[in-house]
Amino acid sequence: MDFFTDPLRYEFFQHGLIVATLVGALCGLMGVYIILRKMSYIGHGLSHSIFGGAVVAYVLNWNFYIGAGLWGFLSALLINATARRRNLGADAAIGIVTTASFALGVAIISKERTFTRNFEAALFGNILGVTRQDIAIIAAVFAAVLLAVFLGYRQLLFTTFDPEIARVYGVRTGWVDAAFALALAATVVVSMNIVGVTLIAAAIVIPPSTARLMTNSFGPLVVLSTLIGASIGAIGMFLSFEFDIASGAAIVLLGMAVFSVVFAVTGLQHWLQRRSHLGGAAAEGSERPRHAPVPVGLMAHDDH
Amino acid sequence: MSSHAIELKRATAAYDGSPVLSDVSLSIPAGHFAGIIGPSGAGKTTLLRVMLGLAPHVEGLVTVDGQRVRPDRPPQGVGYVPQVGTIDWTFPVSVENVVMMGIVRSASRLPWASRQERRRVAETLERLGLEGLGGRHIRDLSGGQQQRAFLARALIGNPRVLILDEPTASVDIKTRDDILHLLAELNRAGATIVMTTHELNSLAAHLPWVVCVNAGIVAQGPPSAVFNDVTMSKTFNAEMRVLVDDQTGALLVAEAGSHRPFSLTLDAPLPDVA
Repeated sequence: MDFFTDPLRYEFFQHGLIVATLVGALCGLMGVYIILRKMSYIGHGLSHSIFGGAVVAYVLNWNFYIGAGLWGFLSALLINATARRRNLGADAAIGIVTTASFALGVAIISKERTFTRNFEAALFGNILGVTRQDIAIIAAVFAAVLLAVFLGYRQLLFTTFDPEIARVYGVRTGWVDAAFALALAATVVVSMNIVGVTLIAAAIVIPPSTARLMTNSFGPLVVLSTLIGASIGAIGMFLSFEFDIASGAAIVLLGMAVFSVVFAVTGLQHWLQRRSHLGGAAAEGSERPRHAPVPVGLMAHDDH
Repeated sequence: MSSHAIELKRATAAYDGSPVLSDVSLSIPAGHFAGIIGPSGAGKTTLLRVMLGLAPHVEGLVTVDGQRVRPDRPPQGVGYVPQVGTIDWTFPVSVENVVMMGIVRSASRLPWASRQERRRVAETLERLGLEGLGGRHIRDLSGGQQQRAFLARALIGNPRVLILDEPTASVDIKTRDDILHLLAELNRAGATIVMTTHELNSLAAHLPWVVCVNAGIVAQGPPSAVFNDVTMSKTFNAEMRVLVDDQTGALLVAEAGSHRPFSLTLDAPLPDVA
């Protein structure tokens, strides 16, 4: 029990636990849409981009959340626009937009070396510096994203599944994408202080990837991923305290361990199912494959 | 209001500056059943995308169901069935989820479906012979069932105009016939139907109206008017012959064989077939 009770005596840990749980849930929730849009790299890229925005905000003496958030929002919009309009693909668009922004941040830091240390927290995560204001902002972002996903669930699902056809059926995909970019930027900005720029991609991708191994249905996937993210965030904080390692690293390593276990267990289940299926088919003397191959002459045409 | 369900006046569509369709004028009266034919890359899908407001750069006038269509402004009350080859089959959605997407505009704001919405989905699935399959993942259906699931998505909103991109590709003959009978039934009930197809003899020749496309409109009219050697050859950039079956009177399009002969030879002897 000491594992759970000891750290809770410290106020900084209580704050850290609250934000790690909220950030874990937030990353898990947003992560579902990110992996299904095949933009897993965006968390990594956007956090680097926002790092550039944070540096610019610092130089201009703006509030971190406003400066970094605005920068992230614009970066996400730019990535969406570049990826969709110029046939570049999301990966190339992310690579171009975010590294340029990160490079801008690095350039400013190298010029103004006085505030180098302030950005260590952004790079590697720092749970010690969490204030009540941080908690309030993270809670507000989580509540806003949750409400937006709840109210726009169907539009978001359709836009993620097939954005072009969603337009035909009356979904304003431009607005959905803009709202998604805003939510994503807010998620990355509020998560940066906890898991750090370098590890944020894992916090976004691991929970939905783990949940995806467990379900084939969209609704349960969203709920599972959010719960897994929150659990990993919370337990990762206790591990971070127990083993005296960086909070971001503890959260990501725990996430990876959970993913590995689920991967192994579900893999074993599939193997057993296949084995029993093949055994049953052999017993019946049937060798019919489960999926009939598509005759070459009937393949769909790729027309303009 | 125009009596035409779909009307294009001097429409030109381009991708990245390259025109795919030029100077297209087309009128499909309300209640018609039209097929669009042409070779691969002729612009058939682009023509449908122009009607749906999905083509990025369009000049000219496009009207569908009385609504002016512009890029990024799709017409309302139109059902669309895309080529199944464009679907992400690994996406975690059930058949019910997919069909429900067809009424996303009028659906409630709640993430879960109301009882009335579920009933509507069940009725649509039953109409298409997919009863009891609503909970299945879309990948777990046969090719014909998948095609019908996306047709169900288009039909659940009771569209006045139905646009389909090769709805009978990748399905067997029986499924193709089932789909065509269903479309004919919808057409009799008043829906205007426009579909692209590569199947000339088994499908296009039996439609009431055919539009021949090859970077523009080559010809349009009933098969008896457009299925001739000159039009078919011009449409398909190859020497084509149109024959009439003596017994049934059906039109048959055949290649005249002007291209390089093609044959396969096997080095290994063929196995004995019992």
